[in-house]
Amino acid sequence: MSDLGDLYGEVILDHCKHPQNFRALTDSTHRSAGANPLCGDNLLLFVKMAGDRIADIGFQGNGCAISKASASIMTQAVKGRTRAEAEALFRQFHEMMTRPAGTAVDGEKLGKLAVFSGVAEFPVRVKCATLAWHTLEAALKGTGETVSTE
Amino acid sequence: MTAVAPAPAKPLAPSAPDWARIRADFPTLRQTIRGKALVYLDNAATSQKPQCVIDTIRRFYEEQNSNIHRGVHLLSEKATLAYEEARLKVARFIHAPDSREIVFTRGATEAINLIAQTWGRTHVGRGDEILVSQMEHHSNIGPWQLLRDQTGATLRVIPMTDAGELEMGEYEKLLSPRTKIVSVLQVSNALGTVNPVKRITELAHRAGAVVLIDGAQAVAHQPVDVQDIGCDFYVFSGHKMCAPTGIGVAWGRFALWDSLPPWQGGGDMISSVSFEKTTYNTVPLRFEAGTPNIEGAIGLGAAVDYLTSIGMENISKREQMLLARLEDAIRRVPGARIVGTAREKAGVASFVLEGIHPHDIGTIADRDGIALRTGHHCAQPVMTRLGIAATARASVAFYNTPEEMDAVEPALRRVIEVFR
Repeated sequence: MSDLGDLYGEVILDHCKHPQNFRALTDSTHRSAGANPLCGDNLLLFVKMAGDRIADIGFQGNGCAISKASASIMTQAVKGRTRAEAEALFRQFHEMMTRPAGTAVDGEKLGKLAVFSGVAEFPVRVKCATLAWHTLEAALKGTGETVSTE
Repeated sequence: MTAVAPAPAKPLAPSAPDWARIRADFPTLRQTIRGKALVYLDNAATSQKPQCVIDTIRRFYEEQNSNIHRGVHLLSEKATLAYEEARLKVARFIHAPDSREIVFTRGATEAINLIAQTWGRTHVGRGDEILVSQMEHHSNIGPWQLLRDQTGATLRVIPMTDAGELEMGEYEKLLSPRTKIVSVLQVSNALGTVNPVKRITELAHRAGAVVLIDGAQAVAHQPVDVQDIGCDFYVFSGHKMCAPTGIGVAWGRFALWDSLPPWQGGGDMISSVSFEKTTYNTVPLRFEAGTPNIEGAIGLGAAVDYLTSIGMENISKREQMLLARLEDAIRRVPGARIVGTAREKAGVASFVLEGIHPHDIGTIADRDGIALRTGHHCAQPVMTRLGIAATARASVAFYNTPEEMDAVEPALRRVIEVFR
């Protein structure tokens, strides 16, 4: 039985209260919007690519603790990484979110992202945690459409 | 079976119902959620079902199951009678003068679509205006946008105040000879506001417009008399009033229904068919193409009997008491703000907690067994108007208890504790 601590761990609450990279970039090369209207989450993501590398990244918006913390921690995790590395991280994050109940996660590979491992026990909240990642994917692909994970 | 005979004497509602016994009628409420007693406060989304409704549906399948309006065999006759008896019960429940005016639909949403596509397509044209309010549920916006796009009509919106009341002065100004229909809800699912539907109807009629009242959030919570309201159409869903999902009602004045073309084609809605020409059936079957939700209608009839046995006045009084207690509990929580403070409210307490997203409130309250709804409640224009993304919503039914209202305060305090 999962308890609330699995969802609202210290790191998540800290990022919710003090989100990192919570700013608009004036010199972004890629941007995208994400929204889960049913929840009332909305997110604007700004990415500045230098060649194939994410040189800078920032986000703005409103959302629940999980979506905000996820966006904050994601920006830290992908800053300085190549596009392929960011995509690989997203895949690992997604696998963690959709893994069968009771399965352990590879903390070494996921690093700080592992704090979201407990979200998988709260199926309706998975979409909150993945919104930022889907928005990043859309920004890098330059689809220009608002992303939703609902 | 047409004209509705006056109900056989006043319903024998006890003056002081035994609420503990009534609560025991609801099997779902007996469970625990993660070891905590379930506190079900999502009644505006759907109500729980009493044992008698569940039993009626089971009995239908065990003893009466057959198609209706078709067979000459006894079973079909029984099923048809039960289905038509449900129509009569519903007519009595909302004080419709004629049971033929009750059209069964899948729910309030389908009922509004039916009216928009039959009455609307017949009477609304380019340059005409359709009037809805700022606080409508999406189900009373979407069907009119479809009609607008099909006809070139204009959709106009009655504004509301910060408290969540309709601006009646603005409403009067919006009414004109171009206004063809006014479609507003009786009770707001997002804010709990009770709208002055009688006055709204009177003003619309003065301007020559037809009136549709969406009673989805009203019909289970107060006595409804469509003749007293004076409206032309009244719609609601069964599942919010102790009946199963997938059954709802579109009531309309007989002369209006009778003048309208069918919406969907199929069996039951015709009287004779050749490939050259089909003659349509009379009202209401003209609007009930195909085998309908028979168990749903019969279940709805049982729910009407159940609610009537308690008495809608009693239910209304009980829920007013519960709502006041619920709002008091919410107000005692630091940083809590009730959204929707209309003078007249029913059943719904929407609220926000400062700095905490409603979704987090919902998840944490659920750990205490408290079922809340969070989000925009299918009323995004309400959220936009009030400048918020979402609210948490607690909504009551007569089977809730005063103690459950009190339990909301400590639960919300625990939410704040998590984020401290």
